[in-house]
Amino acid sequence: MKILVPVKQVASIGGDFTLDGAGELDPRALHWQANEWDAFSLEAALQLAESSSAGEGFEVVVVTVADEHDEEGLRACLAMGADRALRVWDPALAGVDDPLAIAAVLAAVARREDPGLILCGVQSSDSANAATGVALAGLLDLARVAVVTAIEQDGGELTVQRELDGGAVETLRLSLPALLTIQTGINEPRRANLRAIRQARSKPLAELALSDLDLDGAGVREAAGARTVRLLERERGGGASMLEGPPAAIAGRIVELVTRELRA
Amino acid sequence: MSGGVLVLGEISDDGLRLSTLELIAAGLELAERGAGPVTVALIGSDAAAHAEEVSVAGVEEVILAAPAQERFEAHVWEAALGALIKARRPAVVLAGHTADSLGFAPAVAARLRLGFASDVTWVAWEQGGPLARRGAYGERLIAELDFPAKETVLLLLRPGACGARADAGGTGASARISRVELDLDGVARTERIELREAQAGEVDIAKADFLLSIGRGVGGGERIGELERLAERMGATLSGSGPLVEAGLLSRARKVGQSGHTVAPRVYLALGISGAAPHVAGMSKARTIIAVNSDPDARIFDVAHYGAVADLFEVAAELERQLS
Repeated sequence: MKILVPVKQVASIGGDFTLDGAGELDPRALHWQANEWDAFSLEAALQLAESSSAGEGFEVVVVTVADEHDEEGLRACLAMGADRALRVWDPALAGVDDPLAIAAVLAAVARREDPGLILCGVQSSDSANAATGVALAGLLDLARVAVVTAIEQDGGELTVQRELDGGAVETLRLSLPALLTIQTGINEPRRANLRAIRQARSKPLAELALSDLDLDGAGVREAAGARTVRLLERERGGGASMLEGPPAAIAGRIVELVTRELRA
Repeated sequence: MSGGVLVLGEISDDGLRLSTLELIAAGLELAERGAGPVTVALIGSDAAAHAEEVSVAGVEEVILAAPAQERFEAHVWEAALGALIKARRPAVVLAGHTADSLGFAPAVAARLRLGFASDVTWVAWEQGGPLARRGAYGERLIAELDFPAKETVLLLLRPGACGARADAGGTGASARISRVELDLDGVARTERIELREAQAGEVDIAKADFLLSIGRGVGGGERIGELERLAERMGATLSGSGPLVEAGLLSRARKVGQSGHTVAPRVYLALGISGAAPHVAGMSKARTIIAVNSDPDARIFDVAHYGAVADLFEVAAELERQLS
């Protein structure tokens, strides 16, 4: 069985930054790193592949929609144990980060790869839409469960747990093919050793253009659910009044406040 | 109808979720600005039991869609919402950014090519269309979004974030009730094997008056014992943020935030909690929030009433000393 694992690099803002008058951010203020959730979805895929008792051939394929700067991230996935990597890029995709647009690109990849299972992270830590995976399931008409905290496979059936608001846990059964969005903490992602990192250099990493997927930039942009009009600074410090001084003074004020509020 | 606001209510095992009333209030605000009439849709076999609760003043119609499916099932809900949107063609659909919605709403938006945004914290109606705001770059910034050329825009609103009052309107109004038959046989693709409640006999943080809540700032967990003792000393119940629960340092029953508990204690003392969105969603209604964090830019200070930039263990040791 083939398992497809979409991954991405996430952007965070370094210490100081300014927005220009049009509400746009200088991209030089951004730092990039692997999305925290993706290590868990990739680890889940690798564990399913390794626990295959039927001796069935598993293949774990990672895919990203990004320019060449993200190859390093894909190599890290290959070092963790993925068999093959795909990178979809086209200059027309520059600046596209809408979850529905990315899902449209990933759907074309999935149609070409025809995986039995797709494992996505629940969300990315930068935009936190928590939408790309389930949108992808919708486009592919795949059975899906979101926010999964445990997976067991028995042939063509999966038994999974998902988190509900309030901390309850629901156990569900579904048939493959399927898509799951994976929650952090479901497993302990492995670290690649040096040998694996070296071996990863010779694993296949293919580049696909939108035309390889019968897509074009205009079509992908039309699939987007929203357009960013501008970025705004957050209101800093809201209404918090700051307690100053050494720890003893702060602790004293906290005791006062707690006592007053609990009595009120 | 075409145009107007369709609010998708959410019914959990405990009844109508409070966030549904917030969604209705947000919908009524959009209606006041010209978005068109507000319709509330309830999906589920027990939808009729909650019709009156959602018939608040200003709501024009309540649609009850009762599939045979007794409980939430993502594919059934996806088909039901898709059918309602196709039949009614609303300008805006409001649903909660909740564990259930995340399992089907993005799929509806992708398939029907709707305008879409999730985890929305602000919504307005301007120049004939909706405008939404949500966090960007880990919520360091706010992104303002519009939805050009989209006939229908589906927005998932973060519970408790949009400033809408849950008691807006008041009950006793008489919305028109319509029942919709949807052919949803065979649509379900998951089967529930078991539902395990959050805790049996364990702590109930949702009922606590005073929560001492800890986050990633406590480090690897070696010193959690100190904070457990402090909580006991202060008469507080210990709770925490998602990362500690996922790391196995704190039981799931003590998790505050999305996919954990929504709490509203009199006092919420947050030690080493950065204030990421999923956590804030669960505690922003606390009456008094006091936050201690060593990072002066921590987002928790945006929601806290009182804040201190300090090492949490140094403050904890002082609290311990002063209370002993």
